[in-house]
Amino acid sequence: MSTNGDAPFVHLRGVSKWFGALCVLEKIDLDVAEHNVVCLIGASGSGKSTLLRCLNRLERIEEGEIVVDGQRVNDEKVDVNALRRKVGIVFQAYNLFPHMTVLQNVTLAPRKAGGFTREGAEGQARSLLKRIGLEEKADEFPDRLSGGQQQRVAIVRALAMGPKVLLLDEITSALDPQLVSEVLGLVRELAESGMTMIIATHEMGFAREVADKVCFLDAGRILEEGPPAQIFTEPREPRTREFLSRVLEAEKLS
Amino acid sequence: MHALHQVYRTFFYPHSFRLSLPNVWAGFQVNIKMMVIAEALVLVFALALAIVRGLPGSAARPLRALAIAYTDFFRGTPLILVIFIVGFGIPGLQLGYISSRPVIVYGVVALTLVYTAYVTEVYRAGIESVHPSQRAAARSLGLTYAQTMRYVVVPQAVRRVIPPLLNDFVGLQKDTALVSVIGVAEATQLAQQFSTQNNDFPSLVAAAVFFILLTIPLARFTDHLVAERERRERAQAF
Repeated sequence: MSTNGDAPFVHLRGVSKWFGALCVLEKIDLDVAEHNVVCLIGASGSGKSTLLRCLNRLERIEEGEIVVDGQRVNDEKVDVNALRRKVGIVFQAYNLFPHMTVLQNVTLAPRKAGGFTREGAEGQARSLLKRIGLEEKADEFPDRLSGGQQQRVAIVRALAMGPKVLLLDEITSALDPQLVSEVLGLVRELAESGMTMIIATHEMGFAREVADKVCFLDAGRILEEGPPAQIFTEPREPRTREFLSRVLEAEKLS
Repeated sequence: MHALHQVYRTFFYPHSFRLSLPNVWAGFQVNIKMMVIAEALVLVFALALAIVRGLPGSAARPLRALAIAYTDFFRGTPLILVIFIVGFGIPGLQLGYISSRPVIVYGVVALTLVYTAYVTEVYRAGIESVHPSQRAAARSLGLTYAQTMRYVVVPQAVRRVIPPLLNDFVGLQKDTALVSVIGVAEATQLAQQFSTQNNDFPSLVAAAVFFILLTIPLARFTDHLVAERERRERAQAF
């Protein structure tokens, strides 16, 4: 089930979602081409996380259509486990499994859901860990690692399933400032290697640098989207301008 | 002085103690046997029931309802009634094999039925205490619901509930004594017989000592686990 050449890899049309009476996503349209990086910016509660969680069906949508790699995510009959093997996600709080070593964290899904043998999964995990300079932490438990190290392990855990698109949900928001760069460095490498990514982030400098497209979310709607140069220098919407100047102000203060 | 001597004669007379000890010890081995078998069965059945109670979706609603009914029923019924009902009722049914087991089997069945209900709730609390983000992470990697429970949720849940679990098992160990009411020749019953014959109580004190000796190590071990975990959690908080 692959897409024909010109259809976008991730495609959303008229996606709406409510939590009870609260509309958290309203008529979202979004296209992401393969090997592109899209950054979602906006205040907390604007719907960035929910949007990402709809893409791998951690959340259901009430209206609209989501297609990932030719597969209709909102279809009742879709094999969610197969879908999620293609759509990796990394969370703000890392969500590593605390009772497992780093190596076990990374190899669990490939072994149980990815058709890897134990040896195959461990070989792959060790080379991925080596790539991020954490091979000597393979047998440690997550609570022995720094936040930055844990988050990089979480990224590697998602990569071990060979996803075709990676969703990053504010993955540096829980980190001490000095640990942010090691995580962003890894994401930058992934972007350069051509990984398709959708990134919810508060790191404006980073978004400007890696994104092919930036979307500004406000109250569940994509209020404005465009290339980073345009969004960050000449935003059309007053709300975007207001948001960006507030973020800039906060960065100056810190 | 006379009163103290009376106490000594009635409860701690060494001669009666010595005489009763072999019998009480033989009986206590029956208690240990019932306890070990019942605990093993409870661990398995209770986990199964706790998992059934947590099953998602409307298709599983009847199963969930059955599991809830089970725990409600057996937590609400006094153990001694369950022992009577199982121990006298099932043989009374005259169902061949099922109705002609040794009486100790009915004792173990009654203990298992009741304690499974308690321990199900313990497991359930443990399963619910695992943060939803752990399930989200596991499911996001493509693991099925069953795999998520098996490899991610249940192992964390079980680690957390070991102290309350052991606490329930201290209760189960003592409650094996109640099975004497359907005629299982365990420590309490043998001690009681000896006491009636000799008109004194050292045999009963001997039985009590056996139970205490068995539960104290378990209680200390539970304390140790709780302290260990608090230490670890505090270390993490800093």
